[in-house]
Amino acid sequence: MQNGNEPRKHTIAVLVENKFGVLSRVAGLFSARGYNIESLSVGETLDPSVSRMTLVVRGDEFVIEQATKQLHKLIDVIKVTDLTDESHVEREMVLIRVNAEPSNRAEILRTADIFRARVVDVTPVSFVLEATGDEGKLEALIELLRPMGIQEIVRTGKVAIARGPKTRVRRGEPPRKPRTVDDLKVVGFAD
Amino acid sequence: MKMPGARIVLECLKRQGVDLIFGLPGGAVLPIYDALYDFEGLRHILVRQEAAAGHAAEGYARTSGRVGVCLVTSGPAATNLVTALQDALMDSIPIVAFTGQVPTHLIGNDAFQEADNVGITRSCTKHNFLVKDGNDLGPIIREAFHIASTGRPGPVHVDLPKDILVKEWDLVWPDKIQMRSYNPNYDGHPGQIKRAAKLLASARKPVLYVGGGVISSDASAELRELAELGQFPLTQTLMGLGAFPMAHPLSLDMLGMHGSYYANMAVHHSDVLVAVGARFDDRVTGKVDAFAPNAEIVHIDIDPSSISKNIKVGVPIVGDCRRVLGKLVEAVREELRGGPAPGVHEGRQQWAAQIAEWKRDFPFRYEWSDDVVKPQYVMQEISNVTGGEAFIVTGVGQHQMWAAQYYRFKHPRMWCTSGGLGTMGYGLPTAMGVQAANPGKLVVNIDGDGSFAMNSQELATCFTEGLPVKTVIINNSGHGMVRQWQRIIYKERFCAIDLPGIPDWVRLAEAYGCVGLRVSKPSELVPALEKMISTPAPVVLDVCVDKDECVFPMVPAGGASTDMILAPPSRVVRDRAARSQTGF
Ligand SMILES: Cc1cc2nc3c(=O)[nH]c(=O)nc-3n(C[C@H](O)[C@H](O)[C@H](O)COP(=O)(O)OP(=O)(O)OC[C@H]3O[C@@H](n4cnc5c(N)ncnc54)[C@H](O)[C@@H]3O)c2cc1C
Ligand SMILES: Cc1ncc(C[n+]2csc(CCOP(=O)(O)OP(=O)(O)O)c2C)c(N)n1
Ligand SMILES: [Mg+2]
Repeated sequence: MQNGNEPRKHTIAVLVENKFGVLSRVAGLFSARGYNIESLSVGETLDPSVSRMTLVVRGDEFVIEQATKQLHKLIDVIKVTDLTDESHVEREMVLIRVNAEPSNRAEILRTADIFRARVVDVTPVSFVLEATGDEGKLEALIELLRPMGIQEIVRTGKVAIARGPKTRVRRGEPPRKPRTVDDLKVVGFAD
Repeated sequence: MKMPGARIVLECLKRQGVDLIFGLPGGAVLPIYDALYDFEGLRHILVRQEAAAGHAAEGYARTSGRVGVCLVTSGPAATNLVTALQDALMDSIPIVAFTGQVPTHLIGNDAFQEADNVGITRSCTKHNFLVKDGNDLGPIIREAFHIASTGRPGPVHVDLPKDILVKEWDLVWPDKIQMRSYNPNYDGHPGQIKRAAKLLASARKPVLYVGGGVISSDASAELRELAELGQFPLTQTLMGLGAFPMAHPLSLDMLGMHGSYYANMAVHHSDVLVAVGARFDDRVTGKVDAFAPNAEIVHIDIDPSSISKNIKVGVPIVGDCRRVLGKLVEAVREELRGGPAPGVHEGRQQWAAQIAEWKRDFPFRYEWSDDVVKPQYVMQEISNVTGGEAFIVTGVGQHQMWAAQYYRFKHPRMWCTSGGLGTMGYGLPTAMGVQAANPGKLVVNIDGDGSFAMNSQELATCFTEGLPVKTVIINNSGHGMVRQWQRIIYKERFCAIDLPGIPDWVRLAEAYGCVGLRVSKPSELVPALEKMISTPAPVVLDVCVDKDECVFPMVPAGGASTDMILAPPSRVVRDRAARSQTGF
């Protein structure tokens, strides 16, 4: 196959039946075809019988087209949306445990503040920071903390959601009482 | 009324219209075999190895148009079945395979004969299920048959833990199947069909490229109507053989690696190529950049992932071959109403003349011998003696290709071969399934000496179950296809290909209670074939053939279809082939 396009990262949202084994079907599909998953996160949706996976996959147009079609082909997959070129919001959370010597504690806190990261654990020699944001922001934060000596990093993988329409309410989903916690998470970090 | 899960499985099969299953018992499925003991209306055929149950189900399915069913136990039986599942997946054959599993509370415990069945079959089935609750038995079996037989057909596996089979449950049988996540699209997009019709009507060098999807959608009548309506030349893939009668003047026979010169040339030079239920396999396209370089390509396929997978397609039509072809016939008729555009008629005449010339100058051919039997001659005579009305099954290798080239196919669903996976050993067990589905009909298994050896134990099944399959072994004392590659591409460095004349196939057949015959001269062939056909028992006819014969034409893997080797190659050709070789 002639690959006209350069490989790039795609964010793909996949709605699946919330059944056992679905995750391994998706993961197996990617490994069997030699596609690389950069990150994957799974969670329940408003409808508890449906889970939503957010996949970040790198590939050219051809690879992504095949990957999406193959995902569709899985019997338990209900819907596949490539959010990459749609208007959407992406977030990832990271926990960072960083050396906190007396000499750089203030610097770390200042940096955390700028990035709206929270300190969730403090010891005499380290901080654990929690930060949420898109990839660029988290990368920048990590780069700034690196000189202080990062001990460990844990990332959740990306989640993504399409932005709402500018004018009218979106088709489909009947209005329900929003799950405030989830919604706040997104609203809180809109930038 | 409550009944054991095992009984529910059988009741569900009956409701599903199943009358025949192929299987082999063992601990985990003993409850089913116990229920089978006095269950009416379900024939069970006991095979000798589990892969054979899977292949038999494939043969049953391909020739009957129904779903084939097999049943085996846990662990080693399930792993034995894997080859057949992958075979059915590659060739889009609808089967439902049941395996036993250790009781639910032992799953994951490394229990006796435990294997992660659904984990193992995940990648070689269209879908699979592990039943964890007896109330799901009915709905799961219903869905399994639905998934296997609709959309792009394929194998579905249902894993049955023993405790689920033993415990009593209510039979739950949903009236309707509703799956929000699985709704294959059958009707092609009308706008796309119209575009395709316009292209066909104005093409100067059209070719139809027809594959296995036409067989699975039973679209031969619509296909023929389209071809005749526009007088479109037509070539078939290995899996499509029988979709269109080969004696038809528009037929270009098979295309691809071992396809006809005229089919490959026609496809290469075409300006409009319509692929119908075919998947642009690399054995067909060769080097993709050089495949039909000037053609506008239309692709009709029910599986969106087949489209633009290997070759970028201009006019994709996602839908069922039969429905789409029906619509396409109407649309082309509409387009042709006003008569052809200026230049088209003339172009078409030139095209027909060009194709006739290719056909005349480069037919399939081989060198005749009075002393040694040429394998191609065997195919011609099988074709003559059966009148093209037999069910034909093959092993994998040279004999498979010669069968495809020289047997004059007339009807769909009468040809079973392992195309996608190329599974040696496929022949005999598949032929058994074909025979079971078509009692009283002539089933000929054209096999290789290497392939046949991989499942010859099934002669026992043929004998005990009264399945009078006729096997013709094209005995070239070796792995002929491998020998051919070593001859042409690996500079005659022959390695690990000889199968010196053991076993004695005639005596082996007799040991299994079957009839054995042998032919070693051309003059003996026809009488032996006639004797084979008139013998009511299963027969093995061992035909000793010229072991140096090669299959031509041949497009070396990864070569362009214009790189066809038409005869035993000169050194120059051999070196060129070696350079374009991409692996075996
Ligand atoms: C030794 C060897 C040599 C071979 N050499 C050749 C060769 O020279 N030429 C050759 O052609 N093959 C050859 N093959 C076989 C080859 O590997 C492929 O199996 C074959 O080409 C595939 O055939 P197909 O394109 O018809 O697809 P199939 O595998 O039959 O697939 C069917 C296609 O139709 C679609 N489909 C299914 N049902 C429907 C429906 N209802 N409606 C619409 N679409 C549907 C499917 O989605 C799929 O895309 C060889 C195999 C072996 C083992
Ligand atoms: C299970 C399996 N193993 C190995 C191969 C590789 N292979 C392809 S053709 C062939 C030789 C087949 O020999 P035979 O059945 O005698 O057929 P012939 O080519 O001699 O007609 C082999 C080993 C295969 N296709 N399948
Ligand atoms: Mg052989």
